[in-house]
Amino acid sequence: MSFRQAYWAEPLLLDKHSRPDEPVDLAGLIPAKLQREHLAIPNLAEHDVVRHFTRLSQMNFGIDTGFYPLGSCTMKFNPKFTEELAALPTVARIHPDQDESTVQGALRLLYELQHMLATIAGMDAVTLQPAAGAQGEYTGLLLAQAYHRDRGEERHQVILPDTAHGTNFASAGMLGFDIVEIPSKDGRVDLKALESAVGEKTLAFMLTNPNTLGIFEQHVLEIAQVVHAAGGLLYYDGANFNAILGRTSPGRMNFDIVHFNLHKTFTTPHGGGGPGAGPVGVKKPLEPFLPVPLVQVNGRGYHLDYDRPKSIGKVRAWYGNFALLVRAYAYILRMGGNGLKEVSDHAVLNANYIMHRLNGVLDVPFGGLRKHEFVASASRLATKGVRTVDIAKRLMDYGYHPPTVYFPHLVEEALMIEPTETETKETLDGFVDALTKIVNEDPGVLHSAPHNTSVRRVDEVRAAREPILSARMAGRKAPRS
Amino acid sequence: MLRTMGLRSIEDLFADIPASVRIPNLDLPDGLPEDVVVARVTSMLSANRTVVDMPTFLGGGLYDHFVPASVRAITGRSEFYTSYTPYQPEISQGMLQALWEYQSLICELTGMDGANTSMYDGSTALGEAARMAHRIHGGRIFLIPRALRHNRRAVLTNYLVGTGMEIREVDYDRETGMLDLGELKGALSPDVCGIYMENPNFFGRFEEGLEEVRGLTQAVFVVGVNPIAQAVVRPPGDFGADIVIGEGQPLGTQMNFGGPLLGIFACRQEHIRKMPGRVIGLTCDVNGDRAFCMTLQTREQHIRREKAMSNICTNESLLAIAAAAYLSILGANGLRRVAAENVRRARDLAAAIDKIPGFTAPIFRGAHFNEFVVRHENGYAAVHRFLLEKGVHGGMPLTRQLPELGDAALFATTGRHTPEAIARLLKALEAAP
Repeated sequence: MSFRQAYWAEPLLLDKHSRPDEPVDLAGLIPAKLQREHLAIPNLAEHDVVRHFTRLSQMNFGIDTGFYPLGSCTMKFNPKFTEELAALPTVARIHPDQDESTVQGALRLLYELQHMLATIAGMDAVTLQPAAGAQGEYTGLLLAQAYHRDRGEERHQVILPDTAHGTNFASAGMLGFDIVEIPSKDGRVDLKALESAVGEKTLAFMLTNPNTLGIFEQHVLEIAQVVHAAGGLLYYDGANFNAILGRTSPGRMNFDIVHFNLHKTFTTPHGGGGPGAGPVGVKKPLEPFLPVPLVQVNGRGYHLDYDRPKSIGKVRAWYGNFALLVRAYAYILRMGGNGLKEVSDHAVLNANYIMHRLNGVLDVPFGGLRKHEFVASASRLATKGVRTVDIAKRLMDYGYHPPTVYFPHLVEEALMIEPTETETKETLDGFVDALTKIVNEDPGVLHSAPHNTSVRRVDEVRAAREPILSARMAGRKAPRS
Repeated sequence: MLRTMGLRSIEDLFADIPASVRIPNLDLPDGLPEDVVVARVTSMLSANRTVVDMPTFLGGGLYDHFVPASVRAITGRSEFYTSYTPYQPEISQGMLQALWEYQSLICELTGMDGANTSMYDGSTALGEAARMAHRIHGGRIFLIPRALRHNRRAVLTNYLVGTGMEIREVDYDRETGMLDLGELKGALSPDVCGIYMENPNFFGRFEEGLEEVRGLTQAVFVVGVNPIAQAVVRPPGDFGADIVIGEGQPLGTQMNFGGPLLGIFACRQEHIRKMPGRVIGLTCDVNGDRAFCMTLQTREQHIRREKAMSNICTNESLLAIAAAAYLSILGANGLRRVAAENVRRARDLAAAIDKIPGFTAPIFRGAHFNEFVVRHENGYAAVHRFLLEKGVHGGMPLTRQLPELGDAALFATTGRHTPEAIARLLKALEAAP
């Protein structure tokens, strides 16, 4: 496929022509010593502002633009009807402090979503509060700590496999826990290594299944047994949930805590980096510790339950990213139990199909089936002086967003590919054909890629060496080399 | 596709999931057509009473400001909202420039040098700011105002788990509602790593002592702001603040029953390498053309793992774009008009309530932004119930949070209340028991 991204030499807002400032009379409104005299935000025509951002949007690639196989990010189609629902005044224009009697629709939706997610995960209770997956992890670890403390135990060791997402390490690190990383064996958790790592200080073992190689951890029940025998809890990182809907569940696999990424599995749009939503589900023994409030129902209707004496408290203001929760709820209704199972069927089919066709073009370490994603390696191209970064940049010239690169770390020159269920065979074939062509291209073309994007290869080293994070720091002047 | 792979059925693709962990299916109803789902969800949500149906005087961190339709048109560009974090800068220049412009606008509003692209909300921004103060200073104690919304304090508490830090409260002056500087002096010690103040504060009252506070201590000075108010008051940067945070929802995002929200986070240049979250930097491409990319990533979870400044990964970028669009559409003139109008309307509403026998508003003397505390001689709880019966939603009861105020409430107004809405409130208050 040929592709040329738009390019506008679009000036910064601050460099556009501004109408003059108008005086505002603050006398009697603001104490004189607090009054602000000047605000350097340009006064522009609304039409020019719309044009500015429209032009910028044309220099951006989304899943509505093209294939976006970013591994572990689950970039599937974001259905448009959920956008319409989220924009309803009955979603947008209600205040979270309103009396419960005036928000019964919202509370009912939250209540039902709590139950739907619990059902999907095989858990007993769900909080919708966390704003994103990483915050779900943080919440889950706080819950684990509260659970152990309630039993009179201080545990501070979190065990992670070397395939774990970076956020697992960061979440445990933020909480001051000791982290023990265990190596994988043949792309799966090494049970022996796990057995020797666990002990009376083990707070939790965090695992995503399938793991970040896309490989299903078949020994998950043995893993659970080892962790539980040591008194620890088993934490499910839900980033890869798109692989297992209706086939298995974290509950069935004996996990105690799970976070969901609604912006992955349940297709709330990623918004160029957020918002997301990271609900957390738990088994019964952990339910008393969930953040306040939970939504409950009684004879008088739905209400917010703050009367939870063992609760860990709050991880963010109010009840969660409601407008995203509405989208996820509508998506689950639309798909139903049967449709969600088909989601995973097709996600897994698509990933294995690409892997099958790519095997030989690139290396695919570790044999066997994959689930929703797989990791290929470009190390065979090292002799040509070609690295994964070059392949990734060149893919853009063909109109594809590159996969996740250089992760997980145990695969050299990794490309982590997750096609999702909403792509057709035609798209998958086109992507494989492009990759096949790229690995046979002249290395010079790859080194100088991308050629067809708005800008050419960006100097990220320079950006980090002399950080310029605002117009103020730039002195409003763009650097030239 | 199955044939290509030499497989017979979809089931073959799941052969690696052992029978011992299989489930037969999901115990949920079958899927529904799109139009049925839309009708059902719309109908369920129609049980909500919006601020359009019912004049509502809630604030406390979230406000019902008018959002120009162009803001939604901009964030509704699917090139923006269906993209992921801009890991690949060459194909993501639009998002990167827009976020860099957001950072620039936030710096201008707050008087800071660098900003990140967002935290989850104002409360988590406070949690991250306290952790950052600890990283910068090393001290263990973080001072917060007693007049702080309880959900912010609750979140802050959870963000400090594992840091060894301790939160201590500084009281407010009972006459003015401002932070009690005498109390603050008494609370200072070499172990205080940071001081947090809000301007306007929880009571809607402008804090007039920021400069004095800066003069009192070398601890990291964190100021929480309402971004719209910053258009008419001198920014924290003028008073030597180190970190400025805030809830960015007033900048072009609807209240959405409390989420998604926008955590504003900005700081002085000397601290940027200790700042949490994604940041966008200005650079150039191999041709020397201006370009933007995510930068300082060695602070972040995917590189630094457990040594990262924060675990934040997914943030609230699209709301940052909304804020940039909102600020650009209003411009300095529009924003200053909106801010001044908020002050004027809150002042007038407080005066009108104060005239009603039995009511005092505001209970603190001095300048307020767009909210203020109201007291009724017989307590607010009965008034609140009465207003609801009359189809008006009064302010937020403060009894549980700050019992010393004696059953008072926090009332907010913005430019969005119609004269009819105000009249309905006043009429109902006059009739209140």
